Amino acid sequence: MSLLDYFRSSKPNSASLAKERLQILVAHERTSRNQPSYLPALQREIMEVIRKYVNVDQDAITVHFDQEGNQETLELNIVLPEDR
Amino acid sequence: MARIIVVTSGKGGVGKTTTSAAIAMGLAKRGYKTAVIDFDVGLRNLDLIMGCERRVVYDLVNVINNEATLNQALIKDKRCEQLFILPASQTRDKDALTTEGVGKILEELSKDFDYIVCDSPAGIERGATMAMYFADDAFVVTNPEVSSVRDSDRMLGILSSKSRRAEKGEEPINEYLLLTRYSPERVRLGEMLSVDDVQDILSLKLLGVIPESKAVLNASNSGTPVILDEESDAGQAYIDIVARYLGEDKPHRFIEEKKGLFSKIFGSK
Repeated sequence: MSLLDYFRSSKPNSASLAKERLQILVAHERTSRNQPSYLPALQREIMEVIRKYVNVDQDAITVHFDQEGNQETLELNIVLPEDR
Repeated sequence: MARIIVVTSGKGGVGKTTTSAAIAMGLAKRGYKTAVIDFDVGLRNLDLIMGCERRVVYDLVNVINNEATLNQALIKDKRCEQLFILPASQTRDKDALTTEGVGKILEELSKDFDYIVCDSPAGIERGATMAMYFADDAFVVTNPEVSSVRDSDRMLGILSSKSRRAEKGEEPINEYLLLTRYSPERVRLGEMLSVDDVQDILSLKLLGVIPESKAVLNASNSGTPVILDEESDAGQAYIDIVARYLGEDKPHRFIEEKKGLFSKIFGSK
């Protein structure tokens, strides 16, 4: 490292910020890339069915798809409200 | 059998057409019979970059619709007799590109060409998916900039799922990274993603780095592929890329700054 670089190092570094943001984003997009394309529609329809009976929010339901070797798991998590 | 190369990126303006023109000319100059096809139906520009815009009579869609033969539509380059250009249509809509039609053209070209370079349009619509569908090798052109890197990653996903090789369960497409508009100085200042940063994110084999260069605009102004400007940094970078693609071992250049007297005295790394 040169003398010049030493003085520069105190400045905020936008390139490392870019890298950090990209790594998070790309990792997220890669997991959703491997999901079956019907997943968002499935989530929406499940939501509608549940809402017929219980009043839940959009974020009370999480659909998680996992793939390990030949095995695919579809995990559905619904948080029901306390006062029904 | 010809080897089919797609030059792709997702994002527009990163240098796909410049790269297509340069590597097609580079391969042809190395003695390989090469065809370069513009898939940007409606917004053709390869003809302009190649300097043959006034010689376009028939185009890709004419050939698909049997309104012209392949030989009628191919434009022979005036600088290199091994190079042929197939322009895109300027008027029709992109739905004219069918898998069967494009497949037939590539099959026919494959018979007596060594390389077919497919210049993809930006985006992920028909022209872009058709350009990559039949590819053996993909050159992913990326700028060291967040939106370009993200789009490149998205293209990699499409390459690995929507290509003919993927659908037939064959060997996957060979994917290579071409980092363009690179500025070593801005990387040193921490203002630009470095080659290593981009490779960390995309994990692709690096085929080469093209420095930000005045030569690129000069070349397009005159309709000359920049690879013919052998004195220029960008021209040399493309010459190296063609050599590396052909299996030659060339050390990477243009990643480090050109050292001036000042930095020699103060000793940057």
